[in-house]
Amino acid sequence: MTVDTMAAIRLTFFQECEEQLSEMELGLLAMDEGNADSETVNAVFRAVHSIKGGAGAFKLTALVQFAHTFETALDHVRAGKLTPTAEVMKPMLRAADVLADLVEASRDGKEIDESSYAGVAAEVKALTLVGGEEEAEEAIDFQPTVIDFGLPEIAAEPIAAPRHEYRIQFTPHIELYANANEAALIIRELSRLGEVEVNCDASAVPSLDAIDEAGAYLSWTIRLSSESPIEAVREVFEFVEGEADISIETDGQPDVSDADIAALLAQALGSAPATEPEIEVATPALENADVEIGSALSSVSPLAEIPAPETVVPAAQAAETPKAVAVPAQTTIRVEFDRVDRLINLVGELVINQAMLSQRVIEANFAASSSVVIGLEELEQLTREIQESVMAIRAQPVKPLFQRMSRIVREVADATGKQVRLKTDGEATEVDKTVVERLAEPLTHMIRNAVDHGIESPEARAAAGKPAEGTVRLSAAHRSGRIVIEISDDGAGIDRPKVRASAIKKGLISPDAQLSDSDIDNLLFLPGFSTAATISNISGRGVGMDVVKRSILALGGRMSIASRPGKGSTFSMSLPLTLAVLDGMAVSVAGQTLVVPLTAIVETLKPKKGEIHGLGSEGRVMAIRNTFVPLIDVGTQLGFRGTVADPERSVAILVETDGGARNALLVDSIQDQRQVVIKSLEANYGTVAGIAAATILGDGRVALILDVDALVTGSFESQSSDELRYGTGG
Amino acid sequence: MQDVTSPTNSANREFVAFRVGSQEFCIDIMGVREIRGWTQATPLPHAPSYVRGVINLRGAVLPIVDLAMRFGLGLTEPTARSVIIVVQVQQQVIGLLVDAVSDILTVSEASMQPTPDIASDLAKTFVKGVYAIDGRMISIVALDCVLPVIAKAAA
Repeated sequence: MTVDTMAAIRLTFFQECEEQLSEMELGLLAMDEGNADSETVNAVFRAVHSIKGGAGAFKLTALVQFAHTFETALDHVRAGKLTPTAEVMKPMLRAADVLADLVEASRDGKEIDESSYAGVAAEVKALTLVGGEEEAEEAIDFQPTVIDFGLPEIAAEPIAAPRHEYRIQFTPHIELYANANEAALIIRELSRLGEVEVNCDASAVPSLDAIDEAGAYLSWTIRLSSESPIEAVREVFEFVEGEADISIETDGQPDVSDADIAALLAQALGSAPATEPEIEVATPALENADVEIGSALSSVSPLAEIPAPETVVPAAQAAETPKAVAVPAQTTIRVEFDRVDRLINLVGELVINQAMLSQRVIEANFAASSSVVIGLEELEQLTREIQESVMAIRAQPVKPLFQRMSRIVREVADATGKQVRLKTDGEATEVDKTVVERLAEPLTHMIRNAVDHGIESPEARAAAGKPAEGTVRLSAAHRSGRIVIEISDDGAGIDRPKVRASAIKKGLISPDAQLSDSDIDNLLFLPGFSTAATISNISGRGVGMDVVKRSILALGGRMSIASRPGKGSTFSMSLPLTLAVLDGMAVSVAGQTLVVPLTAIVETLKPKKGEIHGLGSEGRVMAIRNTFVPLIDVGTQLGFRGTVADPERSVAILVETDGGARNALLVDSIQDQRQVVIKSLEANYGTVAGIAAATILGDGRVALILDVDALVTGSFESQSSDELRYGTGG
Repeated sequence: MQDVTSPTNSANREFVAFRVGSQEFCIDIMGVREIRGWTQATPLPHAPSYVRGVINLRGAVLPIVDLAMRFGLGLTEPTARSVIIVVQVQQQVIGLLVDAVSDILTVSEASMQPTPDIASDLAKTFVKGVYAIDGRMISIVALDCVLPVIAKAAA
């Protein structure tokens, strides 16, 4: 195997580790919440086991050892010897963190000092000692990975491990090459099953003048040492049967024929389909398992011995042999992000092109029933479906991000001696992958703050009459076409006198400044502000909330704080869904098409005479079922026209902002509802007040997506910005 | 100061020359991504008067700057001959609306003359230097200054 392939396999292993780790974390958290059903426990076990198996193949000793300890503890839970109580889950969760660290270190080729996690390892080991005697451990160690055959007379282990020595004689006929098969590829395929030693017999090659370029002259003798059953070897030759002389011999002790094993295996698989995911024991990855299994073997059945030298088997028979190992369904593929982006852009172009084509067909006056029109309609439908599918690729749930946060909470809680539980909500909320990635850092910081500064010590909580365990809530939701992420704690809330005093001391505000509560809260976002009395290594390192706020702003987001003394604080971030798909309502305003995010819309109304009332010099309100809501003329607000629209000839859209305030937006007319692709205005231009992003319409033109919140807030500010009105009026 | 450009001069550079009103300007060809016809732009609210709006450039949103307006020469009335020069300015890609592209020039670095010292803000801000070619004066546009720094963090 070349260095490159090894590197590629290694890469795949670590990519899979990521998935396994996230699976494990998810399961452990579920267990921690009391959902320790066997499926969950099994899933966690399998994840750890797979990591261990793979790590063994790459000789990552430290990882294997720790995974083994962890796995043993998990197995005790599986076997019901250990109840996943809070006391048990705590070290388990810590072990999960260590495992993740070890995987990361192994990936980066770094060494982790064993002493740094020896404590956790010991804790986990201690768990297993409580449940049952230590001696039992080794014996049961690999039991879980083994197929439960339901045939007690056949011990399961033996099938997994024995190494077969095959001697394969392979003489291709002319037809093999004529059918575009290639001997080298088949040999390469064999080499994937195990170690091969290939000898080529070139004695049949005629002299150069007699050679036929289409002829088949070479034959090979291949020695293969593999754990795979003979069926797997035969399968390699499946496509060339009848096109070559193939003989496969196995060396070893004649006891049970391979055919018998295959039959038994097939039968067992048929009778125990539920065990399918655990068949991985048959894969060669578990090299480290050899020792333990080997010792078990000697005491078990003769099946363990290497099977028979089962003379020449005609290749044709292989096809009839039942497939021994079921291939699990492929659920995901890995794709480079650039490719997805390219695809998204191309599909966007396709949509526009298709729209233009439709336009041409209409201009050409084809009959509605003509095949051209019908075909075009089908194309339109297909294009839309393609677009939707492609969009779904880029949007990703925030779940992995949230999962990482639970670890942060654990670490900070441990370091500060607090008891904190993280509750998450809306994990399935989808945002663009870039946003997910760039959120990690600010979110980590805020979660740390919430635990370190927000939640009080257990004693202080008890004194305040709260449960000793604090709660940090992390939620995500789509609102008004943006994603709103909230981090709230049930801690002490912001200590406003202290914040104020600190700000005065640092010279950030003057001592006699009149500040409202929310003004004081917002002082936290000032650069160089840190409330921590002592600088811990968790938070309060001088880089504080100002950095968080800046990174959120850089993402085009907004931040706000709400805090109640003694009850806790809530930090909310509202972020744009750059590139995500948005359900919007297309409206016309002063000849322009604008998109209003559907999530912000409560209802649409046709204003009637008498429902509109003036308020002040310029303000207008609209009466909706006896309540008055501010009426905002979108056209003048955005500077698309100078004079306000006549409400009776317009449509009012009742919208609700992030804060829950209701306003009516006045637009000329409603076109339709549609899904739009969010395009960034920031990339090539900058942010525009009242506009969240842009999108591209079917006719290829750009339409703007309204930022309802900013529009509503802006309407209360002075109207002077209208002086910057766009010059030509479009 | 009337060096006639000769191709044998060292360090030749290529420029795209275009007309804005009655004046001629040019930009380094290396910054030009493409040249395309005028399409109706979607106006941006609260944008400066010289920002004509945005158009769709194969899936990307491209702001269009009316160079005439930017240079204080009045608003361009787009015609069939009007073109948009798509240029890359640092990280941004923008479209410049000009009346027509006139030429591709190969000139030597050395023949660039400093901007004549006149009392015009336009000249000082947007012109890096001038070339004299066949009796024409072609000003080199300082692209960095064309699109103002939009307060990116502005809410």
